[in-house]
Amino acid sequence: MLQIPTWKRVLIWGVTVLVLFMAVPNLFYPRVETHNDAVKQIEAAGATPEREEAAVGWPSWMPSGLVNLGLDLRGGAYLLADVQVADVYAERMTGYWPEVRDALREERDTVGAIRRVDGPDGELHVKIANPDGMETAIAVVSNLSRPILSLTGVGSNDIEVSGSGDTLVVQLSEHEKIATDDRTVKQSLEIVRRRVDEAGTREPSIQRQGETRIIIQVPGVGSAQELKDLIGQTAKLTFQPVVSRTSDPDATAGARNIVVPSMDEEGTYYILEEAAVVSGEELTDAQPSFDQNGRPAVSFRFNPTGARKFGDYTRDNIGSPFAIVLDNEVISAPTIQDHIPGGSGIITGNFTIEESTNLAVLLRAGALPAEMIFLQERTIGPELGADSVEAGRIATIVAFVAVLAFMGLSYGLFGVFANIALIVNVGLIFGLLSIIGATLTLPGIAGIVLTVGMAVDANVLVFERIREELKTARGPSRAIELGYEKALSAILDANVTTFITAAILYALGSGPVRGFAITLGLGILTSVFTAIFITRLLIVMWFERRRPKTIEV
Amino acid sequence: MRLKLVPPDTKWDFFKRWQLTFGASALAMVLSIVMFFAVGLNFGIDFLGGTTIRTESSQAVDVAAYRGAIAPLDLGDVTITQVFDASFDEDEHVAQIRIQQQEGHEAITPEVIEQIKTALQGVDSEIEFPSIESVGPKVSGELVWTAIEAVILAIAAVLFYIWLRFEWQFSLGAVAALVHDVTLTIGIFCLLQIRFDLTIIAALLTIVGYSLNDTVVVFDRVRENLRRYKKLDLKEVLNLSINETLSRTVMTSVTTLIALVSLYVLGGDVIRGFVFAMIWGVVVGTYSSIFVAAPILLRLGVKRDWSKPSQGGGTQFADVDA
Repeated sequence: MLQIPTWKRVLIWGVTVLVLFMAVPNLFYPRVETHNDAVKQIEAAGATPEREEAAVGWPSWMPSGLVNLGLDLRGGAYLLADVQVADVYAERMTGYWPEVRDALREERDTVGAIRRVDGPDGELHVKIANPDGMETAIAVVSNLSRPILSLTGVGSNDIEVSGSGDTLVVQLSEHEKIATDDRTVKQSLEIVRRRVDEAGTREPSIQRQGETRIIIQVPGVGSAQELKDLIGQTAKLTFQPVVSRTSDPDATAGARNIVVPSMDEEGTYYILEEAAVVSGEELTDAQPSFDQNGRPAVSFRFNPTGARKFGDYTRDNIGSPFAIVLDNEVISAPTIQDHIPGGSGIITGNFTIEESTNLAVLLRAGALPAEMIFLQERTIGPELGADSVEAGRIATIVAFVAVLAFMGLSYGLFGVFANIALIVNVGLIFGLLSIIGATLTLPGIAGIVLTVGMAVDANVLVFERIREELKTARGPSRAIELGYEKALSAILDANVTTFITAAILYALGSGPVRGFAITLGLGILTSVFTAIFITRLLIVMWFERRRPKTIEV
Repeated sequence: MRLKLVPPDTKWDFFKRWQLTFGASALAMVLSIVMFFAVGLNFGIDFLGGTTIRTESSQAVDVAAYRGAIAPLDLGDVTITQVFDASFDEDEHVAQIRIQQQEGHEAITPEVIEQIKTALQGVDSEIEFPSIESVGPKVSGELVWTAIEAVILAIAAVLFYIWLRFEWQFSLGAVAALVHDVTLTIGIFCLLQIRFDLTIIAALLTIVGYSLNDTVVVFDRVRENLRRYKKLDLKEVLNLSINETLSRTVMTSVTTLIALVSLYVLGGDVIRGFVFAMIWGVVVGTYSSIFVAAPILLRLGVKRDWSKPSQGGGTQFADVDA
């Protein structure tokens, strides 16, 4: 007979009520959002009376998880950036050059005179005067390599050294390239995150996609261009030795030197050594401050390695100028007056207070290690998003009411049970979306509407089956039992196959499409749950109370 | 009094004119393929690369004036279409401007966007730009492949699942119905030149899921009836199964269509193409599980004795009528 053990009933209602409870905050969206923002601000920046007031707008014992609205519903900007990881190889090799040079100079007797020649990007080519000493040269340079500390590259070194004729070729090993790529992307991700956070927008989403790509989604930003400006500021700071000053931008710089324009003095160019003495990555702190004449400046401090390099260089080069270079422009080129041992200093230029503050922020956040190319971008205005939410809401309500009416007309009392289950179903979808912190997109709303239409399917299968079983007339309770029993395999097969497609969509899709896959997938889970547990429980409870001799489905 | 869309106890013969329905399906598929190669899909920027700009203004859209303003910028192929929707206010005039991929760039440059904005503001000072979307050639190329991959993977996964749960003949029947549905959907998109973008792929996969849902329910009943009526002709079993599940098939399709139609009418223009694809898919999917999947099963024949393990591929009782 129709029996469901008490523990099972408690479990079913328990799970249902819990998940529905999690969905409650979404009914009070603006209030909960204000509360959440206030709580976050209090955590980050301390309490103020206004924040406290905003925070108590929603009781703290209630769940406060909300369904995030996607960019297409809220408005904002989306960028897909490709990090040019190979940029870093060349830089690494240039960084290696002084070490390689010094090591080979010590072997001058066997190797002969050396000079760096141009090679393809990411390779360091050194010509040696005495090709017979190649083996020694390779051995010496190989000694400079360091073992890689990564899971994939255990036992291999960071550089590969080879020789052909009189040219020694140094390049990063394959394992090191993989490790470097990963580091570069992670670093870029972190810097983008910090810059976006500095701008203080709500719920930015910055994710890595695949090997070298980063997806940046920021609600509330006016345009993709604004977002690009925000993260595209490179703020790459280096200290480079100055070779000479010129007014000719096309001046021949000489080997390993570069021509860099001055930031303030139009028409002035500096010829600098390409390899930097110290770079911005070795900064630990940067603060806006003022120089001794009261003009805005930025003070900075190096980490120990940076401080040592900076100290050694200033000690050895008193009297010669060096350049402070920001994003390939010389901010200033002071002459070294004295040995600077402490690793801290000050950058002066023609800054306004605002500029010096910004520069300090950018320096703290660090430079992007490599260039980013934007492959895809999207700007959605907030009104368009609001219109979409409104249209989606109305469409969902109309669809909902129409399906409820149709089910009621078709199945009478049983239809009412199915309708209760359907209402619970939509509540469950929102509860689950809130729990996993998923993002609702416009196609996601379509997924919910589609679920409303398809969710009744499992119930319809059961009800039709009960109708059929009633014809063989073995009493209503047996018919209900058989109806559920026999419809189960069809319900499972039908929903598993749909779930497979939702999973594939989730795995391969991105952005809005993924939002659709999430609601569709969750909708399948909840509709199977409501059909085989909730509707059934409702029917059983009704049956126990009434004990009807005949039923009409 | 109950609302009944299908009379109780139908005994319709769904195979009486199978040559006709099967022929019609085959013809529609061929036409779709011809359309695909002759006319082609109206691919969106997701797949072709390029930029779309949505404009909104309180003044009426003057496509010719817009075109005139943008023409001097020399951006290559520019399409301007006015967008209509029931949900728009009286003084809400929306247009969609699409610009082809610019040589040598990934996403569109900010300068170009600025130029376009300035040019259009010259025509209509009230104009606003609620959304701008730009896709570079690298991504669009990948998206095409991901989309094809997704559809093929979905069909393969389903083929495998049904083969696991049923027999290979069922599997082939279900997949034939899927291919039928996907082909016809692509056909109608070629015919009506509705923009085919990434969300349509999502719709295609949903159609795959829905069509399957329907087919599986019928097949599940066929499997059950095959065990119950061991002596009955396969054709009779199929007919019986389709008739028994017909009420459910129609009920589910109607509730789904009710939901989708309300979304189509009220959900705004942004997802209209997506919803259209799904409505079409539900109609075609319902049709195909009865008129494509079942006849194929009839042709292939099935193993009848489910109590013993399969012998020699399970076609020893292949239907003599087929």
